Amino acid sequence: MFSNPDILKFIFGRLSFESLPFHEPILIVTFAAVCLGGIGVVGLMTYFKLWGPFWRDWVCSVDHKKIGIMYIVLAIIMLFRGFADAIMMRVQQAIAFNGNEGYLNSHHYDQIFTAHGVIMIFFVAMPFVTGFMNYIVPLQIGARDVSFPFLNNFSFWMTTAGAIIIMISLFIGEFARTGWLAYPPLSGADYSPGVGVDYYIWGLQVAGVGTTLSGINLIATIVKMRAPGMSFMKMPIFTWTALCTNILIVASFPILTATLVLLSLDRYVGTNFFTNDLGGNPMMYVNLIWIWGHPEVYILILPVFGIFSEIVATFSGKRLFGYASMVYATCVIMILSYLVWLHHFFTMGSGASVNAFFGITTMIISIPTGAKMFNWLFTMYRGRIRYDVPMLWTVGFMVTFAIGGMTGVMLAVPPADFVLHNSLFLIAHFHNVIIGGVLFGLLAGVNYWFPKAFGFKLNQFWGKVSFWFWFVGFYFAFMPLYVLGLMGVTRRVSQFEDPSLQIWFIIAACGAGMIAIGIASFIIQIGVSVWKRDELRDETGDPWHGRTLEWSTSSPPPDYNFAFTPVVHDHDSWYDMKNRGYARPLQGFKPIHMPKNTGTGAILSGISVALAFGLIWYMWWLAALSFIAIIVVSIVHTFNYNRDYYIPADDVVAEENKRTELLARQV
Amino acid sequence: MFPMLKRLIQIALLPLLATLSGCNLVVMSPSGDIARQQADLIIVSTVLMLLIIVPVVFLTLYFAWHYRHANTTAKYDPEWHHSTRLEVVIWAAPLAIIVALGAITWISTHRLDPYRPLDRLDAERPVPAETRPLTVQVVALDWKWLFFYPEYGIATVNEMAAPVDRPITFEITSSSVMNSFYIPALAGQIYAMPGMQTKLHAVINKEGEFEGLSANYSGAGFSHMRFKFHGYTAEGFDGWIAKVKQQGTALNRDAYLKLEKPSEREPIRYFAAADKDLYSAILNMCAEPGKMCMNEMMHIDMMGGAGTESHENRAKLQYDNRRIGDAEGTNAATFPATGTPAKSDEQPHNEQGHGNHSMPDTNNGDADPAPAQINN
Repeated sequence: MFSNPDILKFIFGRLSFESLPFHEPILIVTFAAVCLGGIGVVGLMTYFKLWGPFWRDWVCSVDHKKIGIMYIVLAIIMLFRGFADAIMMRVQQAIAFNGNEGYLNSHHYDQIFTAHGVIMIFFVAMPFVTGFMNYIVPLQIGARDVSFPFLNNFSFWMTTAGAIIIMISLFIGEFARTGWLAYPPLSGADYSPGVGVDYYIWGLQVAGVGTTLSGINLIATIVKMRAPGMSFMKMPIFTWTALCTNILIVASFPILTATLVLLSLDRYVGTNFFTNDLGGNPMMYVNLIWIWGHPEVYILILPVFGIFSEIVATFSGKRLFGYASMVYATCVIMILSYLVWLHHFFTMGSGASVNAFFGITTMIISIPTGAKMFNWLFTMYRGRIRYDVPMLWTVGFMVTFAIGGMTGVMLAVPPADFVLHNSLFLIAHFHNVIIGGVLFGLLAGVNYWFPKAFGFKLNQFWGKVSFWFWFVGFYFAFMPLYVLGLMGVTRRVSQFEDPSLQIWFIIAACGAGMIAIGIASFIIQIGVSVWKRDELRDETGDPWHGRTLEWSTSSPPPDYNFAFTPVVHDHDSWYDMKNRGYARPLQGFKPIHMPKNTGTGAILSGISVALAFGLIWYMWWLAALSFIAIIVVSIVHTFNYNRDYYIPADDVVAEENKRTELLARQV
Repeated sequence: MFPMLKRLIQIALLPLLATLSGCNLVVMSPSGDIARQQADLIIVSTVLMLLIIVPVVFLTLYFAWHYRHANTTAKYDPEWHHSTRLEVVIWAAPLAIIVALGAITWISTHRLDPYRPLDRLDAERPVPAETRPLTVQVVALDWKWLFFYPEYGIATVNEMAAPVDRPITFEITSSSVMNSFYIPALAGQIYAMPGMQTKLHAVINKEGEFEGLSANYSGAGFSHMRFKFHGYTAEGFDGWIAKVKQQGTALNRDAYLKLEKPSEREPIRYFAAADKDLYSAILNMCAEPGKMCMNEMMHIDMMGGAGTESHENRAKLQYDNRRIGDAEGTNAATFPATGTPAKSDEQPHNEQGHGNHSMPDTNNGDADPAPAQINN
């Protein structure tokens, strides 16, 4: 690579003026809007002198609650990007008929569907789920933080670094045109020589570091830091699902990392793992990526099952039906999710027995999933259901997810899959479970736990508007895709010839429009709630008559979560404590040992972005320099002995007295 | 499959079908027996699952309504959270359905295995004893489809045809990246992969023009990677063959290498005479002059490998990089249209006199240095 003596080539690698997408008006406008928005935010933060507090209290924070919130903010920001991609695809497909090429050429369109998939899975669903696990798990198990608070901060910033790398590709160079799993040989150096796939690889690799470490962190937290008395079978169900999810993360993300390493070796140093020639085999990649990819689906859905379980019990005013069978179902799903990966490519020529085996294992997953469904159902039975927004999402989920589960089992029948594979039926199916399952659950979770995090409830009206637009919009957007799939229409097509398809795409585009209103209502809901926060204020810390320990502390919880570590006797511990007339201790507070904030995580993440950028553009000096810098900063950080402090007892007393006063006012 | 059940379902789904009548649900009403059976399977599995989905959705809505907070007459039992009997039911009910569906899956996956030669033309007629299947060799190119009819010596681009009620054996490969060969009206899809061959057996039962397409994204021209599939009567098919022979040109390696280059919206093309061994050369990634066929290398490896000497074959086995050196790589006008017998010990490419390939050793002797125990 150094053979070219040109100094510009050395400095900029393959980056040149032509790499900037001046020929794409859509991107120019987007870039201008992002710049204006960015300048606005920077200006406001400077004007209000927020940079210092932002750096000290958020960027450097090792508090699991703040990190959880930042994860969710990251997910919501990336949701805008991913949804913008979605709406662009919907519009393109609705108009590209009868020789009309639409407004997106294939170069642009192919990047959009790849980016949509990558962003929605890796940078919306994953951080959203991780955010909840971060925020809620320590509170539910009565802990003061996660096991490794600094690691938590570092994980978050690595995830953000991955998101930044993907976002850079929008304005410098291009993103992959391969589909979200970048199957070789298409993603190999010979068929995708540009920077797109390299953005994909390094974006995921950097974010993957964060995901894996956060998985380790949460497993350690759940296993080691539960409050006294909380045996595994007394753990809240959300914590259980979080545990299973993080086991899945730790066991499956290394496979993704290794697979992408092999792909980058093919692309960078000319190995032949996945090439057509010289003994490579692309089918290996497809197997490996799905050995990660299928557990990934359950990484997203399991915690959401946990969220629904908490919500349905709370709003039905009733203990969760079949707690033990819920736990077993979760564990069974966790194990089975490793035994089904081949169902993503029945059509790749496996023998009938292999296909049938994987088809049947896939169906078996629907048994524990069905059991969960019945458990929620019988939790509602003989309950007294309050229809606050989280419960609306839950009922919407149960209906929608049942349909998505059914179409999923249909796809698991190999001969049926031969006609449905890669069709819009498949697209409709996985959006049915990812929107109707994961996303509904996450938005339910936001409505449910928002008062815990901020001390005031979210506005009900806009919450309901948001729900109904999402719910109805989802059906309008994806039911037509089921029909189109049965009409033999496949995915990733940007132009169509058969005019009879158009009406269905137009309906789907209208559905996407409704979802857009749903998202807008969600933002308005947050805005209105912040504005009217005094009316929505909750001073009890327990606005929904909750059942688990997070509701026993104040909203928002103090830095130390619990002044005294709670002692657990039963599951639904807080409900149990309330029933047994638990009295909050008012004296005897001691200094509390806490971890100290540090900027190392953010700094390492920034250097990682530079490293990835250097590798993507062949700026070898930058890559080498940043790699060395990462090692140096990591070593220097190990010499930071100033990493903990004590909250003085007086401060704890003051904090707790405030809460005592607030609680006294309630009665 | 279950004719009674099917009839019932058709009646039940009538209103829904009426609303959908405006569009052509080709997957559900195909014209080939394999796709027909696959569609039946979709219906059977849907009905089996509706047995549990319908009660669940109904109960969800009913419980959600009945146990609402405002309804104080409904029974409220906040401590009720376990019932062994109910637990058995909620695990057993899905289990029963999955046992049934699993059995259907096992049987149908074997019966509809795309690699399995057909034994019936449709539900009523078995394949007559004297029938010889029509072999079609399919190559997915960037971004068009190439079809060889070895029996007739012809080839076509972006159009294929088959006689009604004659079993078709597809042999499928690709020249560069993965595609998926899919004619919804005929049968389910199967991937087309470079350097590998997949198979599909199917039969078309009705005359007509049907859509064929690539179902797996393969790059910029993917959206237009479509072709027409014609189901003809025996006479119609002969007429089509005659037309191809009459209008077509020759497809030799030169013509193929030009055709192989990426292009979009390729028009229909006919080749009256296609090189007999071209398909095998494409499959083994050695259509280009000077390349070594993959099956030869595999043969050498199977015989124990050529040790360090095989390094000399490296350039001849490189395939993916062919478009980078496009400018000089394809000026092989002098390359004779000799075929490479698939399992030949000869290495005809070495005779091309490419200076950089004129290694003294031929591959004939490569098997010899292999360790004796592997040769056994």
